[in-house]
Amino acid sequence: MSTDHSAAADGHHDSLVSHQFNDAAQQKEAATLGMWAFLITEILFFGGLILAYTIFRNKFPMAWVAGGNELSWQWGAANTAILIISSLTMALAVHYAQLSQKKKLVWFLLATLFFGSCFLGVKYIEYSEKFEHHLVPGSFEYHGEYAGQVNPKQIEMFFFLYFAMTGVHAAHMIVGAGILVVWLIPAARRGAFSSEYYAPIEMFGLYWHFVDIVWIFLYPLLYLIGRHLGQ
Amino acid sequence: MSTASPAIPQQERPKPNYLNHAHGFASWLLTIDHKRIGLLYIAVISLMFAIGGVYAGLIRLELLTPEGDLLSTETYNRAFTGHGVVMTFFVLVPLIPATLGNFLLPLMLGARDVAFPRLNLLSWYCYIVGVGIAATALLLGGLDTGWTFYAPYSSTYANGSVVLALMGAFVAGFSSILTGLNFVVTIHKMRAPGLTWFRLPLFVWAIYATSLIQVLATPVVAITLTLLMLERVLGVGIFDPALGGDPILFQHMFWFYSHPVVYIMILPAMGVMSEVISCFSRKAVFGYKVIAYSSMAIAILGFLVWGHHMFLSGQSTYAGLLFSFLTVLIAVPSAVKIFNWLATMWGGSIEMTTPMLYAMGFIGVFTIGGLTGLFLSTMGIDIHVHDTYFVVSHFHYVMVGSAIMGYLAGLHFWWPKMFGVMYNQVAARTAAVLIFLGFNFTFFPQFIVGYLGMPRRYHHYPPEFQFFNIASTMGATVLALGYLLPLFYLTYSLINGKKVGANPWGAKGLEWEMADSPPDPENFEGTPVVTEEVYAYAKEEEAVVH
Amino acid sequence: MWEQPFKDLDFFPEAASTIAWEIDALYLFAVAMSVFFTILIFAVMIFISLKFKRRDEDFVPKPVHGSVPLEILWSVIPFIITQVLFGWGAYVFFKYSQPPVDAMDIHVVGKQWMWKIQHPEGKREINELHVPVDQPVRLIMSSEDVLHSFFVPAFRVKRDVVPGRYQKLWFEADKVGEYHLFCAEYCGNEHSKMIGTVYVMTASEYDEWLRTPGNGEEETPAQAGERLFSELRCESCHSAAGVGRAPSLANIYGTVVTMEGGERSRVDEAYLRESILDPKRHIVAGFESTMPTFQGQITEEQVFELIAYIRTIGAEPVVSGGE
Repeated sequence: MSTDHSAAADGHHDSLVSHQFNDAAQQKEAATLGMWAFLITEILFFGGLILAYTIFRNKFPMAWVAGGNELSWQWGAANTAILIISSLTMALAVHYAQLSQKKKLVWFLLATLFFGSCFLGVKYIEYSEKFEHHLVPGSFEYHGEYAGQVNPKQIEMFFFLYFAMTGVHAAHMIVGAGILVVWLIPAARRGAFSSEYYAPIEMFGLYWHFVDIVWIFLYPLLYLIGRHLGQ
Repeated sequence: MSTASPAIPQQERPKPNYLNHAHGFASWLLTIDHKRIGLLYIAVISLMFAIGGVYAGLIRLELLTPEGDLLSTETYNRAFTGHGVVMTFFVLVPLIPATLGNFLLPLMLGARDVAFPRLNLLSWYCYIVGVGIAATALLLGGLDTGWTFYAPYSSTYANGSVVLALMGAFVAGFSSILTGLNFVVTIHKMRAPGLTWFRLPLFVWAIYATSLIQVLATPVVAITLTLLMLERVLGVGIFDPALGGDPILFQHMFWFYSHPVVYIMILPAMGVMSEVISCFSRKAVFGYKVIAYSSMAIAILGFLVWGHHMFLSGQSTYAGLLFSFLTVLIAVPSAVKIFNWLATMWGGSIEMTTPMLYAMGFIGVFTIGGLTGLFLSTMGIDIHVHDTYFVVSHFHYVMVGSAIMGYLAGLHFWWPKMFGVMYNQVAARTAAVLIFLGFNFTFFPQFIVGYLGMPRRYHHYPPEFQFFNIASTMGATVLALGYLLPLFYLTYSLINGKKVGANPWGAKGLEWEMADSPPDPENFEGTPVVTEEVYAYAKEEEAVVH
Repeated sequence: MWEQPFKDLDFFPEAASTIAWEIDALYLFAVAMSVFFTILIFAVMIFISLKFKRRDEDFVPKPVHGSVPLEILWSVIPFIITQVLFGWGAYVFFKYSQPPVDAMDIHVVGKQWMWKIQHPEGKREINELHVPVDQPVRLIMSSEDVLHSFFVPAFRVKRDVVPGRYQKLWFEADKVGEYHLFCAEYCGNEHSKMIGTVYVMTASEYDEWLRTPGNGEEETPAQAGERLFSELRCESCHSAAGVGRAPSLANIYGTVVTMEGGERSRVDEAYLRESILDPKRHIVAGFESTMPTFQGQITEEQVFELIAYIRTIGAEPVVSGGE
């Protein structure tokens, strides 16, 4: 065994590279692998919810039709568009970080935050409607068009999964928005990111795109699938 | 090449090391040093082990007599639940990875720390918060669902702090996920130059396989416990058939995690075995690649066998066949490891130190534990022994006998590295023997009484089972004594132990040969470069190849 | 007190059913195999620790990195043993899960914390099960609340009892005597008190026992079911006149029906139970989904009684409007 005492190896250099890493390249590789590993755990987490959804849809197909018809596909479509646009702005933010263009970076991070907040705003509107119509598990009443035909407890199950899936998704959006507000946007404004160092923006971009993709699954599953049968 | 002398000569003045270079609570509670974090885990896990042990003591005392005369039924049911919840979620799951894994992984890799040191500290805090929530649940009277939380009893019928206990396990699960993620990235990205995958110590391979399981399986239990909590709080029927749910769904989701979790418990212990056995045989591990691959095989197969907990639940017979077939297959990589360790020892130069005693004890109890697993995975036998003390004995043989003895082997092996002192060998060997004998005396009778038909979780039992319960409790007393001894002689070694150099065992490995005892805060001076194969106790020219 | 642990001390359980010896044989094979390997491994370890004990501090043993023939040997042998266990175990499990055709049905309802047994001839028992020797018995089991498990160690049989569905367990007792009955799935406070006795009697003793007046039950389950059928107004749709609103129940047990969507179902206890408690789940082809659910209105035992009655609906017409 021998020891490498070169400057690159002893870890005492610029503060952008944490002490445990030998160089910026190693740090970036580690961050990337770490973020992908984290996203895989998220797939398993959401996967469990989607498994429960699949099993209960199979058990109570009419309840899924009844529940799905209570949701507003228009709001859902708007939210889908909003999130896709926010993914675009996020991708552009990463692009401009790589090009060291600070103003555009900040602008596109703010745009991402804006669209993310719009999404959460729409969810707030939708959730309020559900509360008004007593479609909340725990204090649930169903007065829709399928009222004589479907066991309301089964429709309650649909709404339980609706709230669980979109709620967990929204929680991830809130965390994302929080990271933008508390860390990335202030740091970007301070000039912390450039072509030399933009890994946090890129990693956050991965996270944001993942949250977007989860919604792309949730929207058809919750809002669209049952509608067609309901006619 | 002789490895008997320490790589770094003794200094006159004490060198600053990770223990003494910073003082005060803040320097410990806000540390991002993987070594200190490992010690923080050792402290809290030891406390949780003591709490779980007290519950065990209550159980074994109660079971001395057939009648339920020591504790009320409610209290007994809460005692075995508390025992299971504490031992599974708060001791065995984090045990070796969070303690020895944290301490050793960067050292073994030639790195200064793990990939994400602050995430590592967050892992510890997740664990502490989980402990706090669960402790609150237990202090408020506990719960009586059993650690398996089967629905609908746990969602609709049970009294007690069920939701709190579930939340405690849920939060502690994040500790496991984050630690696993940290280790996977560290192993992939932070190996020293020259340290290729097949030069890694087998402990690292074991931690790697374990970390993959932690990352992939734990999110599923997180969602399962969340759904159970929500069912209990909101009354929505996911698992309770009276509300339209399916109790078997709970069992599938629960065991999808809880089977792989037992491999989280055992794989690191097997990793310790490879290190200890090669060192105290002074010989490279026989079948290195086979052992490395077998760890990965066990991890992968472990995900496919959860239904063997459910042969009698109403699961389809055909599904059961598949699960039984895959489960018995796991015996092959497990047996192969045992034979390779024995072959490592064969022709070696054996030193019966305390770690080696634990290692040999491990081989003994793991053989019995593993073989009895075969009984349970054989569907025809499981009909009779499912949910009896046969099962209880099997899993204690592998979880306590094997996993905890593996931990103790590792703790006693790396103790001088961690603290720069040696403990009293006589006391340590005595404890190892007491633990081995006490353990077998406690649990072997349970195989017999299980086949006789004594079901698990029974507060009172028919009198003809009493003989075996008395034997078991007698063994448990010896076992408890054995577990108490290290508390004394290890603590004493910290106060007044004989100081040792960097490599008192003459072991191979970066942690022994390139780092001090105790190590420097940054582990190494510069970055080690690896130029030889792993376990190179002898010159390669003399290697025998078949 | 000191003799108590040694009274009735046994190291191996009594065997009292036709499948018990099969399970014991498999078990003893596994034990023998395990004892062999355990002794082998212990002996090798002890031998190694004596023969290769370190005697010379400077001696460095020759490394041996591996041996493909050995790895194959000690992979293949365990593999073969595991396959034998798997295959033999699967064979025994199939026997356990397939009752013979001439099995007599007994209904079991588990609830916190007792076993309620219902014989088809009308006798009811609590925590006791009387059966004739040398006669296959099929238990049809359900739970009123949480998971339980019906376990008779002397018969070597056990099956979880699950709320919301029927589970079946069969055995043939081949030795007269009294045997423990345990609940083997933790079910709450009095789980360890949810125990009882199985009484295996000769055929003539069993017949005599059936005839003794019990706890005041005069009705057979089928009679109770007929009464319920009328009280619950089932015949307003399921009349034998075949009005067409609902499928005819005459001789329906054991037949195969076709659902909307083409799926085919065998009419057994589980099918009938679902039809009563969750009728919207599967609709018979050609009928509307108009049957109301009786979930929450009748107990598990009453479901058994209805099923027992439905099984008797045959050639005799069901009189509309009750008896």
